Amino acid sequence: MSVDVSKVASTNGSTPATPQGPKAAGAIANWADERLGLGTAMKKNLRKVFPDHWSFMLGEIALWSFVVLLLTGTFLTLWFDPSMTEVYYNGSYDPLRGVHMSSAMASTLDISFDVRGGLLVRQMHHWAAAIFVASMMIHLMRVYFTGAFRKPRELNWVIGCLLLLLGTIEGFTGYSLPDDLLSGTGVRAADGFMKASPVVGTYMSFFIFGGEFPGDSIIPRFYMAHILLLPALILALIAAHMLLLVYHKHTQWPGPGRTEENVVGYPMLPVYMAKAGGFFFIVFGVIALMGGLFSINAVWKYGPYDPSKVTAGSQPDWYMGWPDGLLRIIPAWETHIWGITLSWNVMLPILVAPPLFLMILIALPFLEAWITGDKREHHLLQRPRDVPTRTAIMVALMTFYGLSWAAGGNDIIAIKMHLSINQITYFMRAAVFIGPVIAFIIARRWCISLQRHSDEKLLHGFESGVLVRSPEGAYAEKHLPLPESQAYAITARDRDPVPETDEEIDAMGLPARQTRIRKIRAKLARLFFADNVQKPTAAELHDAQHHAEHELHELDSQIEAGPNRHGPTEGH
Amino acid sequence: MSDAHNNDDHGGELVPNEPIPDPGLPEHTWRPTDVDPAKERRAELQVVAFFGLSAVSTILFAVAYFTLDIGDNWHVVGGFGASTMALGGTLGLALLFIGIGIIHWARKLMGDVEISELRHPARSSDEDREGTLQALAAGLEESGIGRRPLIRNSLIGAVGLLGVPTVVMLRDLGPLPVDKLYHTIWGDGTAEHPMRIVRDGIWTPILASDLEIGDLVNCQPDALHNPERYDIDPAEVEGIALQVHKSKASLILLRMSPGDIKPGKDAKGESRENWTHEGIVAYSKICTHVGCPISLNERTTHHLLCPCHQSTFDLSDSGKVVFGPAGRPLPQLPITVDSEGYLVAQSDFDEPVGPSFWERDYYER
Repeated sequence: MSVDVSKVASTNGSTPATPQGPKAAGAIANWADERLGLGTAMKKNLRKVFPDHWSFMLGEIALWSFVVLLLTGTFLTLWFDPSMTEVYYNGSYDPLRGVHMSSAMASTLDISFDVRGGLLVRQMHHWAAAIFVASMMIHLMRVYFTGAFRKPRELNWVIGCLLLLLGTIEGFTGYSLPDDLLSGTGVRAADGFMKASPVVGTYMSFFIFGGEFPGDSIIPRFYMAHILLLPALILALIAAHMLLLVYHKHTQWPGPGRTEENVVGYPMLPVYMAKAGGFFFIVFGVIALMGGLFSINAVWKYGPYDPSKVTAGSQPDWYMGWPDGLLRIIPAWETHIWGITLSWNVMLPILVAPPLFLMILIALPFLEAWITGDKREHHLLQRPRDVPTRTAIMVALMTFYGLSWAAGGNDIIAIKMHLSINQITYFMRAAVFIGPVIAFIIARRWCISLQRHSDEKLLHGFESGVLVRSPEGAYAEKHLPLPESQAYAITARDRDPVPETDEEIDAMGLPARQTRIRKIRAKLARLFFADNVQKPTAAELHDAQHHAEHELHELDSQIEAGPNRHGPTEGH
Repeated sequence: MSDAHNNDDHGGELVPNEPIPDPGLPEHTWRPTDVDPAKERRAELQVVAFFGLSAVSTILFAVAYFTLDIGDNWHVVGGFGASTMALGGTLGLALLFIGIGIIHWARKLMGDVEISELRHPARSSDEDREGTLQALAAGLEESGIGRRPLIRNSLIGAVGLLGVPTVVMLRDLGPLPVDKLYHTIWGDGTAEHPMRIVRDGIWTPILASDLEIGDLVNCQPDALHNPERYDIDPAEVEGIALQVHKSKASLILLRMSPGDIKPGKDAKGESRENWTHEGIVAYSKICTHVGCPISLNERTTHHLLCPCHQSTFDLSDSGKVVFGPAGRPLPQLPITVDSEGYLVAQSDFDEPVGPSFWERDYYER
């Protein structure tokens, strides 16, 4: 509790009283500003407006879990010994005492059993990593589904995709460090991936492992990448991500008074700072609870790495699951020609599919902008239903991801559900291709239905739940008009542009090549916008409302006149 | 037609025909804590209570740290070490209460008037662009880089050449593969002492007669435990070297009825009928897909399944792939028995073990 000094006399009668507290703070501020010029920068930003919506919190989870990763990771480095030198374990965990293992594994066991709070921090670090990647992915989906990636934010989308890639590699190098049986199995698979690379594969493997697998270099090298190289890159990209966020100002949902030209919300100081800062403590707290209460990566159960051993049901961390699934369902394709081997069964799922998936993700904003020909800046978000094709593209990608991921657990599915692993694998081979197509069609039609539903509510009002029986015995439901703010939010979206027709393009007299490209583009645009429901015009809305009012009036008069009136009518 | 307009359609043009005009920001509604001093006071106390609970949790954390044992005397509570659980629980609550307190403060007591700020286009103004271009042109002109192509090109060449040290210096990351992937320690038996096959872990040699039909044994070469017998320096089978040997030499023995075996062909195209001993076959344990050790045996079919990606190999038929992603059969080790009746390797594998790589050849069994 600070003492209130504002009413304490600080004068002897000849000098005017001045409050002491602010003077000290002011002096420091003055000292700093004279050297750093913070006043100008802070004037603009202290009351910077951030719009409020629960979905804007998803990226924050990623940010804060990364901060937790830095804090817990720093703690772990104080004890972890990234060395593959063989030692006899002689710590507190009885079942492994006297067992040969690498220093990395032994020091991981020491952190888990002989450092107070060590296991807590190890588990927090691992949980935070799982949450970091998961929240980045969910944040990415939010940004995509709501159209927040559109101009001017495409580059921030690219940065976000790179962060997802780096976070995944960071996770892999991290969980490989303890050198336990499970992670060693993963590193051995990584050696297989390198060797499958055309031409340079074996050289890559020998250089990275410092000799033949497993060698004595991979853990120290992964450690360097894990605690220095990758975090530095991630930190730099996060900084760029945040700077662009501040420069562009956050997107907002359309609504009364919220336009493309403004941003409406709470000022950074105090509300947003408090909410974001408070949320950091919540993310940190939840991770601490998880680290204390839920076991993760119990390396002592797997034991040290031994190239001749493996546990059944070996699985990587969750974000590595989908390439692992593709690796399981790929047919046994290898080409043997001229005395060389091309291992499609490794290259396609590992060296081709994940980079391709990432490139598709990165390309999405540019592809959409090219197809729709949209060059405008956008700061108002779109509901997923209002751009059905876009939503369906992400749903198709998610379906591919989800099926591949499920294929990564085909052995678990077979055991738990008493199915044949062969049949699951055959099913998945087809499903990863057919599933996304079906999902695309369903999602697109679903969006269009939802658009119709929105229009319906706008034109005829919402279902009030009040049923009215006419004197003839017919039943009708009373529809009430939407509140103006809701009705406005629904209509505050663009009408889809009308794509050029082939005749229009021909009439432009462009060179043949440009004409061809332009026609492809127009065709894609027609497919992109096909069947979308456009918002009503003012005239349509006026007519419909008039009609709805008339119906309502009739129902009301029936209720007034009816002999069997139940409950009160809605006054409005 | 309404004369309302939406100005985000087509680059800020005014488009009539918008169904509903923007009603503008709704009026601010006061919260109970804004108008009722009692409620305000209550919210204030709630926030203080959250911070207080956090402080209590932090103190409990310190207490747990110094009172709960770890190491050999850790206590188990619900399957967890008491220390880890108590530390995680108290730390988690200490953090959560601060977070909840701050957010409660923000929601109930801080001003909740939404304010509006104007956006600016991301692009710079035309004057700024013009100024930048002028500055750039002036700078380039003064440097003379356009007029002196010799300087420019020699600089580009010199800097580009610096890529060479960058690449060259990585050379010592590791040795060249040479033929290391083509040999295992199974080939290091001598005429006097052919390489014995021993049980993994207990290192005992195996009498052919000790194996029953259907028995599967995980094996290693005797030299890893007993190098002197084969004139091998013990330092070559210790520590990392041991791991390297094991990652190539791990072996599976399976005894089946001799009639079940379909002998395939070896690399020279000759029959493998002499590679087995009384129905005992020996195959590399390392999967030819990405190198997991294979471990799951289907007793009735002689099929062996890799637990990582479910490649399945038929050990009665030259280790051919019957299911899954692996692209080529398991390498077979030709075996026989020595003068004492113990199983030994006749020679090394006739092909590299483990995952495929670019330079390796293939032959039909």
